[in-house]
Amino acid sequence: MSSLQSYLLLSALLFSIGLAGALTRRNAILVLIGIELMLNAANLNFIAFWRFGPTPSKLTGIMFAIFSISVAAAEAAVGLGIILAAYRHSKTTDLDQMNSLKG
Amino acid sequence: MIQTLDQIFVLAKLWLLGYVPAVAQPLASAILSVVPILIAFPLLFAITTWLERKGLGRMQNRLGPNRTGPFGLLQPIADAIKSLTKEDIVPVTADHLVHFLAPLVLVMAAFLAYAVLPIGRNMVLVNMNAGVLFFFAIGSTVELSVFMAGWSSRSKYSLLGAMRAVAQMISYEVPMVLATIVIIMQAGSLSTVTIVDKQAGYTGIFPHWFVFTPWGFMGFALFMIAATAESNRSPFDLPEGESEIIAGYYIEYSGFKFALFFLGEYLGMFATSGLAITLFLGGWSAPFSFLTWIPSYAWFFAKLLILIGAFIWIRGTLPRLRMDQLMNLAWQYVLPMALINMLVAGIWHFMPGGLLRWLVCTALLAAPCVLLSLALKRKKRLQVRTYYFAE
Amino acid sequence: MTATFLILAVLTVAGTAAAMGLRNAVHCVLALTVGFAGVAALYLQLDAQFVGLTQIMVYVGAVAILAVFAIMMTHSPTPVPIPAYSTRWALGGVVAAAVFAVLAWAICSSSASSQILPPQPDINVQQIGEALMHQYVLPLEIMGLLLTAALIGAVVIAMDRKEEIK
Repeated sequence: MSSLQSYLLLSALLFSIGLAGALTRRNAILVLIGIELMLNAANLNFIAFWRFGPTPSKLTGIMFAIFSISVAAAEAAVGLGIILAAYRHSKTTDLDQMNSLKG
Repeated sequence: MIQTLDQIFVLAKLWLLGYVPAVAQPLASAILSVVPILIAFPLLFAITTWLERKGLGRMQNRLGPNRTGPFGLLQPIADAIKSLTKEDIVPVTADHLVHFLAPLVLVMAAFLAYAVLPIGRNMVLVNMNAGVLFFFAIGSTVELSVFMAGWSSRSKYSLLGAMRAVAQMISYEVPMVLATIVIIMQAGSLSTVTIVDKQAGYTGIFPHWFVFTPWGFMGFALFMIAATAESNRSPFDLPEGESEIIAGYYIEYSGFKFALFFLGEYLGMFATSGLAITLFLGGWSAPFSFLTWIPSYAWFFAKLLILIGAFIWIRGTLPRLRMDQLMNLAWQYVLPMALINMLVAGIWHFMPGGLLRWLVCTALLAAPCVLLSLALKRKKRLQVRTYYFAE
Repeated sequence: MTATFLILAVLTVAGTAAAMGLRNAVHCVLALTVGFAGVAALYLQLDAQFVGLTQIMVYVGAVAILAVFAIMMTHSPTPVPIPAYSTRWALGGVVAAAVFAVLAWAICSSSASSQILPPQPDINVQQIGEALMHQYVLPLEIMGLLLTAALIGAVVIAMDRKEEIK
């Protein structure tokens, strides 16, 4: 197994761990953390392809990863703000209890 | 002869490496470079504790420690023995693993920051391409250890102290980085070695340090304010000296772990002072061109001792800031001044050299400085207090 | 697969698995910090110095702190502790395992297995800065707008509105 394949497998494993956490945890903040993990796994994928690609001097992978990190940080801030507002309203962060829109 | 004295540590390391087989040479080289840092800076920490207690005592019109040894010089050894032999009390409801790991993370992060400081000519541990960025990345992990310490103690005072400390450290991290960007703009590189090399020239007898320019001086002042706040030193020590009875986020620590917190905090102070010296005060270069025969590491440690003395002086002189005053200072004074400083540094770069450049840049910096200070002094209408954590 | 890569991979996977699996929320975030540090070390292993250090500064130094602050502010000691996993946890686990299976099959059967390691690229921060200012200046400006909007939005959403009720 070559190095690129091992990096891609690691990034797939991180992605599925993040996905499992986002789908199964009850606390809303931990779901957000799962989403952050998925973004991290995608970044790792980008950097691995940049390194093993034909022209590393074009910097495309690094640029994508930098912008992805910034967007993820902004999204984490807004998401946690929303969770705080929802907590203030319903006094709980349990996602299984936030089902008042359910048909 | 002067060259040999200047490079004596580098030559000693190369001589010792000659006795190691070639297979183990990278590892031995790393160990031989790291061990002096592990010895020198804790020794400096011991000297600083003595200096601080004596200095503060004299400023408060009393003698400092004078029982242990002549002038109290053996006081650090007495403190070390005391902290090692004290009983290590951990609260029953505390989170034991996190409680144990918090001081370790702090000390580890504090030691890692010394890797990119050039202590002398050719005497940097790792010449990283993005050295300054590495320093700030490591500095941002200190906040995590502060939070771990406060939360794991499961005590309301320690949690409150940790919240305030983390809020303060995050607020002052942005101005610190912005004050550094000015230097990076001018030097053109993130590597600390390149930044020191750019300051190593002399015109006549005066050095080319960045602090001797308007934007460099302002950047140095802003960086020192932010560094004082980052290491929770007075006058920004509300999280740690609250009424001097409740010690903030390390209330529940005793014995050696408390000493580790102390060590970590002081090491962080030395590291940020070292970075200020590297960025603004010319690193290891001498202040006048006729003094270059003194070895480079001697100049670095002399400047470091002067900055430590300045920290102790400020601690003994200024009263503590309240939390909202602290935050106002960060977001409404230091941050706008850092942004204006960046603008002025850009103007300096593009104007032709001469008296006009000095006058324009100084005026552009002095006017907002005065205006923002006046804006900070205005009386605030006090609002009804809302309690967040005492539900 | 060098030894360094194996150690870092095990560290990262252990950290993230603990982050998604532990019961106590603050322990989860602290394990997540270990996972982020592991990913940053992997970036440094891949010769992407700037991205690795930015990862530590942004994720460990800001996002993790933000998460612990949010956990602190939303922590109310209830008489009955809330269970950690939702009622449909098995379905979530199956979906995640299926996603991993598909991705692993795609990776193992692709031509990625025959890639050799190119020589180390000589990237310094100056090239990244120049690329940001010449080729990628539009995404840079949009990122500035996005971060401003996110900052203002987060402050407005999380602001305490008790003064308006009076």
